[in-house]
Amino acid sequence: MTSPEPQNQRRRDTAALVVAAGLAVIAGVMLWDSARLADLGGYSGVGPASVPRVVAFGLLGLSLWTVIAALKGDFPERPAQNVPPVLWIIAGLAAQLLLLHVTGFSIATGVLFAFTARAFGKTNLAMTLPIGIVFAFAVWAVFSQLLMLHLPAGPLEHLLFPGA
Amino acid sequence: MGAFDFLLQGLATAAEPMMLLYALIGVTLGTAVGVLPGIGPALTVALLLPVTYRLDAAGSLIMFAGIYYGGMYGGSTTSILLNTPGESASIITALEGNKMARKGRGGPALATAAIGSFIAGLIATLLLAFLAPSIVKVALVFGPREYFALMVLAFVTVSAAFGDSALRGLTSLFLGLALACVGIDQLTGQARLSFGVPELLDGIEVTTMAVAMFAVGEALFIAGQRNVQADEVTAVKGSIWMSRADWARSWKPWLRGTFLGFPIGAMPAGGAEIGTFLSYATEKKLTKHPEEFGEGAIEGVAGPEAANNASAAGTLVPLLTLGLPTSATAAIMLAGFQQFGLQPGPLLFATNPTLVWGLIASLLIANAMLLVLNLPMIGLWVKLLTVPKPWLYAGILLFATLGTIGANPSSFELGMLLAFGVLGYVMRLFGYPIAPIVVGLILGPMAEQQLRRALSISQGDWTTLVQSPIAAVLLGIAALALIVPLILRARGKGQVLSQLAGDED
Repeated sequence: MTSPEPQNQRRRDTAALVVAAGLAVIAGVMLWDSARLADLGGYSGVGPASVPRVVAFGLLGLSLWTVIAALKGDFPERPAQNVPPVLWIIAGLAAQLLLLHVTGFSIATGVLFAFTARAFGKTNLAMTLPIGIVFAFAVWAVFSQLLMLHLPAGPLEHLLFPGA
Repeated sequence: MGAFDFLLQGLATAAEPMMLLYALIGVTLGTAVGVLPGIGPALTVALLLPVTYRLDAAGSLIMFAGIYYGGMYGGSTTSILLNTPGESASIITALEGNKMARKGRGGPALATAAIGSFIAGLIATLLLAFLAPSIVKVALVFGPREYFALMVLAFVTVSAAFGDSALRGLTSLFLGLALACVGIDQLTGQARLSFGVPELLDGIEVTTMAVAMFAVGEALFIAGQRNVQADEVTAVKGSIWMSRADWARSWKPWLRGTFLGFPIGAMPAGGAEIGTFLSYATEKKLTKHPEEFGEGAIEGVAGPEAANNASAAGTLVPLLTLGLPTSATAAIMLAGFQQFGLQPGPLLFATNPTLVWGLIASLLIANAMLLVLNLPMIGLWVKLLTVPKPWLYAGILLFATLGTIGANPSSFELGMLLAFGVLGYVMRLFGYPIAPIVVGLILGPMAEQQLRRALSISQGDWTTLVQSPIAAVLLGIAALALIVPLILRARGKGQVLSQLAGDED
């Protein structure tokens, strides 16, 4: 976790204001959604819409509180971020998501593996990609064949396990 | 039959070869994830949930409990040798333990941590066994309003009472509660917050969310850090055995740590960290060698390590007897019970005593296994610390997505994993605690159900919630736990609370 460092200079924290806006939007969506529910309160007077409404009002209150904290600069200082590695991992996860049903588990996950390693400093994709695919395939074989987990098979899996 | 007879029967169950195998797998995995920085027991159990769908219920739960205990042992190794806590309950151990290791006393530090953990685990598990039946008796008279009050108390203590900001704790909790509303309403069958997306009708999968928060969020956060200093593993030099003086200085802290850690774990206050802080403070006050504190005092390792293992056992008290998770790992274990159609609580002791007592007894066996795994075989675990980060995190994400795909091989589920992973990253960036959002998602639907039941019984009269003395007292404590820390923080006495931050495990 970030260390809470005392901030002497009090200044507006724009990012925290964005967070507050996000909370308010979530609250708004919840209120809008709960408005279209038929409130079958029955004996209790508390129906399906009640709890979402309470949570939404709670979020609105917290959003307001966040605004105050942001204006006072009460949020802990955020560590400087190195953006490219973060994007590499997100790209890896997105690639796996898109490839999963096209190329099967091993290739899709191999891409994720290589991109993650790239994010942490192993930049040679020509080396990490094959390693990732072989490793993911070994994992696929163990979990889908031995532990009977449903993992999508692709050309690679069909080639080596014709039954899959 | 008394607790003792039940425990003996449980031992018979737990000593079956298959159960021993599950326990062994659990403690080995647990030690490994405890040692590896970046993954903790909560994540590991979440990853294993889909894998255990088809396995035996008792065996799987024994394995999960083994992971929990093992994580507490393994974390100390990382703290002592690397100065980076392997899991959050070991932060304190890093203070004195790493200093000892640098002075060439890493062996005795590891030994006092392992033996202290063993003794604490043993005593605390026995306390669990003998306390559980009486709590179950009390819990049997609990109605919906008492359960609701209990859950409110858990919400407050997990989110607002500790940590450095009530605002951020509560925000995290309410996000969890908001996510908990997604899906079909349990009582009327209406779809809430699903926006016509069929995948959302079943609600948000707890395991997907937990894996995203703990694995993806953490990986993104570590990857984004700019000033990466190389972690250096301090080699274990000299004997790993403790001298006579070490024993003499360790045994009291072990016992004190146990009796501090257990009740704190058992209270719905969440987290093993708090007990370790209290134990450290106590040892610092009572020691005959105050000059050594901060320079590698063995008491500062022995006490907190005992406390963190004792509170792991303590956490199982409310989980097993009331079905109330007080830490992230316990929350995921609750999801594990539910996966097998079991609801922990007083009824489970009546309907499935073999399973409950087998689980409790297996903890004693797991504890003994862990002592063997962690003392003579310590060299093996130290090697794990040298796995380079790229491979470590690539592997973590591979298994994280494997778990999600195994539970539900859809791109939609992976999309949720990615979205929550980014949410977890942003939350870490802004200093929001992670445990409240997970606890909110798991306990939210249960609290809503109990509240609506209580109000149905009273025909909509809200005063029913405070008319039972137990519920009133619980709600009163919850209110105090919310207000007192706010006042303390406003008066600038918040540092102690922020040190007590309950984090991931």
